[in-house]
Amino acid sequence: MHPRPLVTAIVGLTALASTLSGCGVLGSQSADLQIYSARHYDLEGAFGQFTEDTGITVEFISGDDAELLERLKAEGEDTPADVFMTVDAGNLWNGARQGELAAIDSAVLDEAVPDDLRDTEGRWYGLAMRARTVTYNPEAVDPAEFDPVDTYAGLADPRWKDRLCMRDATSAYTQSLVASLIDLHGRDRALEIVQGWVANNVEIMSNDVLLLEAIDAGTCDVGINNHYYLARTLAEKPELAVDLFWASQQGAGTHVNISGAGVVEGADNPEDAQRLIEWLATDGQNAFVDANHEYPVNPTVEPEPVIAGFGDFSRMPLNAEAYGTLNADAVDLLAEAGYR
Amino acid sequence: MTGPAALAEARPPERRVRAYGVGRPGWSALVIAVAVIIATPVLAVVLDGVGSIGASTPPRGLAGMVVTTLALMLGVGAGSLVVGGGLAWLVTAYRFPLRNLLVWLLVLPLAMPAYVLGFIFLSVFDVAGPVQSFLRSAFGAGVWVPEVRSLPAAVLVMSLSLYPYVYLLARSALIEQSAGTYDAARTLGASRGRALRRVLLPLARPSLAAGLALVMMETLTDFATVQYFNVQTVSVGVYLVWKGTFDFHAATQLAVLVLLFAVAVLTGERALRGRARYHQHGGRGQGLQPELLRGARGWAATAACVAALAAGFLIPVAQLLVWAAGQLFSDASALTDARFADYLVNSLMVAGITAASCVILSMAIGHAIRLGGGRLVSFAAQLTTFGYAVPGAVVGIGVLLSFAAADDALERAGVPGGTGLVVTGSVLGILYAYVIRFIAPAYQSVSASLEKIPPTVTFSALSLGAAPRRILGRVHFPLARPGVAVAVMLVVIDAVKELPIVLLLRPFGFTTTSVWVYELARENFWEKASLPALVIVAVAVVPVFVLVRQTRRNESLGILAKEVRP
Repeated sequence: MHPRPLVTAIVGLTALASTLSGCGVLGSQSADLQIYSARHYDLEGAFGQFTEDTGITVEFISGDDAELLERLKAEGEDTPADVFMTVDAGNLWNGARQGELAAIDSAVLDEAVPDDLRDTEGRWYGLAMRARTVTYNPEAVDPAEFDPVDTYAGLADPRWKDRLCMRDATSAYTQSLVASLIDLHGRDRALEIVQGWVANNVEIMSNDVLLLEAIDAGTCDVGINNHYYLARTLAEKPELAVDLFWASQQGAGTHVNISGAGVVEGADNPEDAQRLIEWLATDGQNAFVDANHEYPVNPTVEPEPVIAGFGDFSRMPLNAEAYGTLNADAVDLLAEAGYR
Repeated sequence: MTGPAALAEARPPERRVRAYGVGRPGWSALVIAVAVIIATPVLAVVLDGVGSIGASTPPRGLAGMVVTTLALMLGVGAGSLVVGGGLAWLVTAYRFPLRNLLVWLLVLPLAMPAYVLGFIFLSVFDVAGPVQSFLRSAFGAGVWVPEVRSLPAAVLVMSLSLYPYVYLLARSALIEQSAGTYDAARTLGASRGRALRRVLLPLARPSLAAGLALVMMETLTDFATVQYFNVQTVSVGVYLVWKGTFDFHAATQLAVLVLLFAVAVLTGERALRGRARYHQHGGRGQGLQPELLRGARGWAATAACVAALAAGFLIPVAQLLVWAAGQLFSDASALTDARFADYLVNSLMVAGITAASCVILSMAIGHAIRLGGGRLVSFAAQLTTFGYAVPGAVVGIGVLLSFAAADDALERAGVPGGTGLVVTGSVLGILYAYVIRFIAPAYQSVSASLEKIPPTVTFSALSLGAAPRRILGRVHFPLARPGVAVAVMLVVIDAVKELPIVLLLRPFGFTTTSVWVYELARENFWEKASLPALVIVAVAVVPVFVLVRQTRRNESLGILAKEVRP
């Protein structure tokens, strides 16, 4: 190989790459709407149905929330994205705070999405809801043992020593639960609760499915799980020895979090972007949430049968700003308590 | 990968060349330009991190993260040195059942992506996994088992998956350097063990140091495996802070800390390698003749190799196969999913172009050094290899940051639209970041081959009036082909497995096999993820095969080179 064509070779190779990958060097999009999504559950199904209903075509790329947000910031006004979709209210709040989400005015969304599940300025809207509640092995636990007023705090009681399994401190689920405990009780009390879990030798698991399997196997009696992991595991393995207990029903209610979306600031196609979010919150609710066994945010839409079987529950009101601002405190608190 | 071994054989050729005063400014400028282009994104992250010092409080437990990182790197370094070096000695010095097969099988853990390995390990060995379930059913619920999610477990698993780097380098060092000196030691009455300790090991030191450095950099940049073991290294800290506190600048500060570790590793490698320049003088002996291990001892050696291979490759592949079977049992159409072909073509295309670019750039850099570029060029060459020690997501963010800055600058300068959407609107951003990440292994292999070419060959060509460019094309490139092949293979393996960069920078409509695995694995759909994961492993196994065949041929080529060397 001669070195003279060195530059030519590199230019040639990259040109080839662009051609092969079917996208021009300066990027060309083939659909009406472009979506950045940190939510992965079966998006194709919902978007396909949206296109059928409206004729608007959609393409998306998935990624991690923090990375996608940095990408939006770096792309600035050049961004191809019309909609930013992510999991966790803190992430939605943060996207709005960073100025990446545009305020929209939508009577449809104001009616479909409860107040606390959307931004007051209309920059993001919750679309699917998950509950993080207590799961237990019915052979080892009588649900009457749980504190019905503050079930999460009750797990710090010494009676649960060597019986608990929970997720790791790096998990966004753990962090947002602790952030909501700080919001609810103040930092000192929240620290006491987490220290109580640690004093009970809580066994730390690195994902919710392993956690459910551990409860089923009898390794631990009680865990804290997202409800849909239980629904999903039960769908595959109906004999699973794990029951669900709705936490804090006589108190503040069960901790919930949302997946949601907002229109990107500077979107090329904000009208269709808004239309997609409206559709997802109304006609598209079942298509969007059912495959992952999540709860519709829209109170007029019924949840799918497996989770409907878990029964009704009252939820803790969602304070997105608290989830966002207190998440850093939650990380710090978990480290201070020695929770890993 | 055979580089350092070769490096140790002769005086660095550039010094002799420089004595003739034939440095070429054009080539030197090219290397410096390449170094600047490659270093810019990493520098962008450093500037962001350093620029915001004081604005964010360091995370609680930072000291613990630093200690953990040190402990993990030292542990995995020592572990892979023992495993990789020991296995290399075993397969070189002895003959035992299945040895010829195991010699190359032992490289296979390279094909297993870290993000797959970590999860598999937990699902096999964690409390609800089959191993502990079996122990409980056999010995009762109270049976004591070591903590799986712990630093020692992470050290063990990572050592068993990263040892091939040391193994590959140590093995070629043992083969290439042993001949005359080893025979002399034996003739003078040294036992095999003593000859190993006093002659072979010191001679192999540069190779072992290079292998160790690769292992430590892999350990440093890993965040997938360590998280499954709940080991919080500084790299994990970058993610924790970034995602947990929504503070990007605090995260880049930690990324700078990761870079400091990388500098320490590279400095350490140079120190370990030292000024050692062993070269062999005439007289080739028979070298290390493999001794036949008979009966139980032979099978024990086989068992040791298989055991090492099991953790990093056999068990994970078996688990993937079990999941894949389960998936196919419930939905046989999964096998004919059209996405396999689409995503695989994307993976291979990006990997192929990256490999070609890395090799071309490595050849140019090596050539410039050979022509006598001096200190600045050597430093620039060092700089280009730094990206290997930077976590993928950090490189990706650096690419975003530097292009955002360039876009702003151009728009301020009156260019409408600035750079536009070059980085994330096409695969250019991915390719750029991949070259930054993976040029190091390519450069190492290529320069190793270049250094084997006797300087007299270059002088002859120069004195006959050939332009440097012509020498590169007609003389050096053909002679360096073995190193080029190794470089291509190493980059392809790394690029096919790579995840964070492609996830961050890919344009719409561009998905690779690794992204597909990630999307499924993230939601714990492991049965569904197992088929594409197996595809990645299979794709990475092919280059491993070729790599091993290549190093075999290399050995014979190496001997040829020694014969022609004056």
